[in-house]
Amino acid sequence: MGLNIKEASVIYPSADARPPVEALREINLEILQDDFVVALGASGCGKSTLLSLIAGFLAPTSGEICLDGAIVRGPGADRAVVFQKHALMPWLNVLDNVAFGLKLQGVAEAKRYEVARNFINLLGLADFENSRVYNLSGGMQQRVGIARALTCDPKILLMDEPLGALDALTREKAQELILNIWHRTSKSVLFITHSVEEALFMGTKLIVMSPRPGRIRHRFDLPFSRQFLTGTPAREVKASREFIALREEVLKIIFADEEAAA
Amino acid sequence: MTEQSHPDPRTPKTGNASLLSKARATKPGETYGVPGQGDTLWLSVLSIFGIIFVWWLFTFMGWVKPLFLPSPQAVLAKFIQVWNEGFTNTPLHEHVAISAARVFGAFILACLVGIPLGIAMGMSPVVRGIFDPPIEFYRPIPPLAYLPLIIIWFGIGETSKVLLIFLSVLAPVALGARSGVKSAAIEQIHAAYSFGASRWQVMRHVILPSALPEILTAMRIGIGFGWTTLVAAEMVAATKGLGYMVLTASQFLQTSTVIMGIIVIAVIAYAFDMLMRWIERKVVPWKGRM
Repeated sequence: MGLNIKEASVIYPSADARPPVEALREINLEILQDDFVVALGASGCGKSTLLSLIAGFLAPTSGEICLDGAIVRGPGADRAVVFQKHALMPWLNVLDNVAFGLKLQGVAEAKRYEVARNFINLLGLADFENSRVYNLSGGMQQRVGIARALTCDPKILLMDEPLGALDALTREKAQELILNIWHRTSKSVLFITHSVEEALFMGTKLIVMSPRPGRIRHRFDLPFSRQFLTGTPAREVKASREFIALREEVLKIIFADEEAAA
Repeated sequence: MTEQSHPDPRTPKTGNASLLSKARATKPGETYGVPGQGDTLWLSVLSIFGIIFVWWLFTFMGWVKPLFLPSPQAVLAKFIQVWNEGFTNTPLHEHVAISAARVFGAFILACLVGIPLGIAMGMSPVVRGIFDPPIEFYRPIPPLAYLPLIIIWFGIGETSKVLLIFLSVLAPVALGARSGVKSAAIEQIHAAYSFGASRWQVMRHVILPSALPEILTAMRIGIGFGWTTLVAAEMVAATKGLGYMVLTASQFLQTSTVIMGIIVIAVIAYAFDMLMRWIERKVVPWKGRM
């Protein structure tokens, strides 16, 4: 059960006299319930392609993606996506943005506002229910996006660099918030990031991808998010000897990939 | 060297010209470096009165004959006279009403046809392929050029007049709606699909609302084209209307009536544009902010 990716490859067809691009080659990945899988890698390594594949926006050229035994053939509410930005609807207020997915599914207004309010409270947005989303800070807009993704009770949350556009301080707070929410809702998560520190801190499993063609080159099991969730302060986790050693190891892998590709 | 004895005229040290050429610190509440900030109301009022004053000065000093440019007072007097006595036995308000009915009628029809057509063109390559050539073909042609054809085909009645204005409004409205379809971010569209939305739902809940700002702008541009086509539409076989009034008055060299008619058209068009701007602020307050 859970999400299973078997031998999935993606080849973008040739265009404008350029040869075909092999974006992903024979990806095998399993994401179980309670897994927090972080995908890390240099630009162009196919992280976002992998996420589009699972979300169902993109069909694999070969191989298959299964969710709880059923083959993924397109987007669906059992997989929710949190985007980096531009994904909220500015003509709706916070409450209606959070309830947007439920509205599309035909849930009656009273019911969808009730569910939406639960997640608005969970994400600490209670005072901003009627605010216009374009008046909110970047960090709060991301919380609206996360609340919206959670409303439809998805089996897996797909997060495409959700904190990439935030400033450093907001970003650290948002990391802790996401971990707490993940812990409380026990969803499986695929989280894409450019930041090695973020990847190590948040994931239970780390996949390091390398470019041209996109492959999973290294896999790590991570203990750090559990340490944080059992009470160790975040900065203390990130400053531990173990954390720093692994950070340097992963950075070395990524830089080596980058040089090999250049 | 002459350059040393004369300061460079392009970079004056003081005076208003330096405001245009030099960057300067802003007041609190403004944003440094963004051009075009600030309130314009008083300058606009000053501008209007300035134009009227120059106009008055030219006529008062007798620099221009009243046949070419009547005085502001004469135009105002003409307005009062036509208001009270009518023009060619028709009261002014009837001229206004019939022209407004033609322009707004054609405008509403053009919106009812053009907005769905433009959206369909943006959403479907088939519709775009079919309608792009005819619209792009007739769009740049002056309405006066195809007016004879329309009269031959549709006669000299009301149909031809409304159709001519309709065509001039249709193209900008349809093209605006068509490009508005592209306003939605791919993330917004993907978000809707990931909640299991159908294509129809994506159009209804994502594409349409995000196209609204551009559609409203296109409507403002479209109604402008409508007013500019009014005189052409009332050239043939009209007995009422502001365009008819201006044309007839010009044939009898009644310059004051011509100017009065122009001002009446401008005031109505401007008032309607203010209404549209107010609607924009109410309906799409997020415009340009996300």
